[in-house]
Amino acid sequence: MSAREIAIRVRGLKTAFGRHVVHENLDLDLRRGEIMGVIGGSGSGKSVLLRAIVGLKRPAAGSIEVFGEDILRLSGSARERLERRWGLMFQDGALFSNLTVRENVIVPLAEHTNLSARLRREIADMKIQLAGLGPEAGLKYPSDLSGGMRKRAALARAIALDPDLVFLDEPTAGLDPITAAGFDALIRDLQQSLGLTVFLVTHDLDTLAATCDRIAVLADGHVIAVGTIAELRAIDHPWIDSYFNGPRGRAATAA
Amino acid sequence: MTTRPTFKLHEEDGRTVLTVAGDWTVTTIQVVDEELRALELPAGAVVLDVSELGRIDTSGALVIDRTLGRGDRPEILGSHHSANDIIAQVHQATQPLEDEPAHPGSVFSLFERTGRGSVKVWQETVATLSFLGEALYRTGALVMRPARLRWTPTVAVMEEAGLDALPIVAFLSFFVGMVVAFIGATTLADFGATIFVVELVGISMMREFGVILTAIILAGRTNSSFTAQIGAMRMRQEIDAMTTLGLSPMEVLVVPRILAMVLMTPVLSMVATLAGIAGGVVVGWLALDINPTVFAARLQDYVPVSNFWVGLSKAPVFGLVVALIGCRQGLLVGGSVQSLGHHTTTSVVQAIFSIIVIDALFAIFYMELGI
Repeated sequence: MSAREIAIRVRGLKTAFGRHVVHENLDLDLRRGEIMGVIGGSGSGKSVLLRAIVGLKRPAAGSIEVFGEDILRLSGSARERLERRWGLMFQDGALFSNLTVRENVIVPLAEHTNLSARLRREIADMKIQLAGLGPEAGLKYPSDLSGGMRKRAALARAIALDPDLVFLDEPTAGLDPITAAGFDALIRDLQQSLGLTVFLVTHDLDTLAATCDRIAVLADGHVIAVGTIAELRAIDHPWIDSYFNGPRGRAATAA
Repeated sequence: MTTRPTFKLHEEDGRTVLTVAGDWTVTTIQVVDEELRALELPAGAVVLDVSELGRIDTSGALVIDRTLGRGDRPEILGSHHSANDIIAQVHQATQPLEDEPAHPGSVFSLFERTGRGSVKVWQETVATLSFLGEALYRTGALVMRPARLRWTPTVAVMEEAGLDALPIVAFLSFFVGMVVAFIGATTLADFGATIFVVELVGISMMREFGVILTAIILAGRTNSSFTAQIGAMRMRQEIDAMTTLGLSPMEVLVVPRILAMVLMTPVLSMVATLAGIAGGVVVGWLALDINPTVFAARLQDYVPVSNFWVGLSKAPVFGLVVALIGCRQGLLVGGSVQSLGHHTTTSVVQAIFSIIVIDALFAIFYMELGI
């Protein structure tokens, strides 16, 4: 596979909190234009892996390349250029609570572009609607929104700069099945029409089945398998087996 | 590399065609935005030609879509790997939104704010007093049944807000004592009455400065931390969880803090008074040739001990005020970070305000009593 087609390349990653090692010798490739789901038990380091890739957690060893650039060595303007190409949606939204939803979406636009205030507002309103919210949601504060709406608002902020790469941390956790299914469809839809590459951390089997092209399984500190759901089911590993062939796994992938 | 976005309008087969070229992305479109806004399109459907288009993202699509106007999806000529999808996606996501309501004129808003502010001061006073009543009642009820009292948090607060504040309280009082002695000495020296520095430092530190300094330091240090702690617990719904588990936040959070502060503020005040007098002694000794022994003897002979008791009698009240206002503001915090910051500020301001007003009331009270 050529370097052009790889969005994220992680090699030999090791992360640790004090003496507690989370990842050891972890390798992962994310191709351009695909939705990669990352699964693993609680505490297996899914979110830590995401934080390491975007540079919020410094790894103890290993290399991480995003679009062919080593993020651990990047500095200053090169790093800023790279940050403009990705959007991040945190687990509980992490919207700025003293700003309205519209102002939240404007933050990255104001920081990274030279657009006029009027055009920024128009773009923000459009992103809010792209994320599946009504236009009137833009004037509300995050604390006035329901959990599902907050996630959509966070997604709107994540795609504000039309990133090539979007990181989603548990996008459907805590949503009702109908809203969650709507969110799955939205991610798929945006990914196709905007050509996004998506790094998706989730627990939700339905989301995996509905959106992901490939799934990476995290266990024992590294990626033990990567593949489609069908491929993973064939793998003989106790955790993977109980994950996909347990009662919930069967129900989600039967459809 | 990016190329500048350009556009041109022309007629073709009786239709108007808008041809776009170059890269239309969020970083490039500013240069064409104003031009497109001013562009007047002829009546009738306009066709979009994307065959020369470079890269496009949703922001670029927005500008194009806005130009073509609302209504049906625009007809698109030419082929482009993603423009069709993106413009279609954006087209259905551009419901206009009315802007925020305009603020009323400045003069009226001044009146409005004054009115609201006055009403709020009154409401706050009433609410704080009712909280005082509830807290005192619950504290009294718990003191009657000490087994139900939560000793561990009480002692923890006593350590954190009392013992840990000792160094700063002593340090600052020491310096204030020095300053009072210096200023007094320069004025009194003109009358040849430098020795009265002893009375000046003794009375001012015992009666006012010891306790007031302590109270203000606690208002800044402890009161704000009470608000922040309880406010963060409110934000994370811990208080709600407590209530559903049958625990009363008043008993668990407020009463221990009130007890700890009522007990510790007098101790801190006493230390502050001693440190302040020590400051006076040091200045007297080093700069005014008043021997510490002389200082101590004169203090005993000429400064009535009632001054000390007057000062100390105020300390538990100030402790109560600090704990009460800190806890109340903490419990008022809503869901947002802004609200936490707002209530922490309010808490400190209210506490310092109340301390100074109450101190003035005490002064009048003791003056009438003739103490």
